[in-house]
Amino acid sequence: MAESESVITQEMKDAIGVESKPTVYSIEKNAVMRFAQAIGDTNPIFTNEDEASKTPYKGMIAPPTFLRSMQHVSTGEDEGRIKSPYPANVDGGSEWEYFEPIRVGDTITSTTYLADVHERQGGKFGNMLIMIRETKYINQNNKTVALQRTTGISYQPQD
Amino acid sequence: MNQTYFEDVEVGSDVPTLRKDPTPQQLVKYAGASGDFYQIHYDVEYANNNGLPGIILHGALKNAFLGQLMTDYIGHHGSLKKLSCQYRGMDVPGTPVFAKGTVVKKYVENGENLVECEIWLENHEGQKTTPGYAIVSLPEKS
Repeated sequence: MAESESVITQEMKDAIGVESKPTVYSIEKNAVMRFAQAIGDTNPIFTNEDEASKTPYKGMIAPPTFLRSMQHVSTGEDEGRIKSPYPANVDGGSEWEYFEPIRVGDTITSTTYLADVHERQGGKFGNMLIMIRETKYINQNNKTVALQRTTGISYQPQD
Repeated sequence: MNQTYFEDVEVGSDVPTLRKDPTPQQLVKYAGASGDFYQIHYDVEYANNNGLPGIILHGALKNAFLGQLMTDYIGHHGSLKKLSCQYRGMDVPGTPVFAKGTVVKKYVENGENLVECEIWLENHEGQKTTPGYAIVSLPEKS
């Protein structure tokens, strides 16, 4: 396969390290329960208020990957987000670090920045663009509850 | 719910396996619950047009399975510090996946009893599609 030109633009390079506008998200009981049901997790700390109140958490908390849902809240936060020229996406991986439980009733504010962008030619999906993003989640007490680093892979589908 | 204690854990011991039987319906439920409506997870034709053999599990759903593996393991008195995974292989609905783990390190740091586990998701053919690691803190028996 011939080397093709880089799809990494100056705009992408300039975006590295620039923090997004914040997204604000309320941790609602029913949303947490629905998420737990969807992943098939019956742990009472995620599904049952009475039972959860008898645990050291003294109330319901969200499953560890629940915060991921915040990425899909449509509040116009995609404005200014760097887009890949490739139409297809796969998720490459995720790295979470946790500092505080995510409690039902919390208000979480997240900000994301592009940490790195690079490309790989002739991979499993042909040419791929790989974007590493880091997201910080802060609660209403101004405490960082979690940090997340994700790897997004985009590619041109082959005919 | 079972509680794992720091004293009970040894390097090399297993994290109890969590079996999941994802179906297309579960992928739709996850799409709804997470807000991730990317069509490769429920629309076969769309997935095919993206060079995929069929619909595939959301990476984030597999991440959630590994999260449950660890939250089940640590009980209500432990806490999850780190959870990391890479989506190396695709998983499809209709066949079981198994979340597994093994303890690789046990240590005390800043007064916390920490346990590091190698974790992964395995398909029904025994292939590790989603390797990762987790660090948890566990309570002591008092």
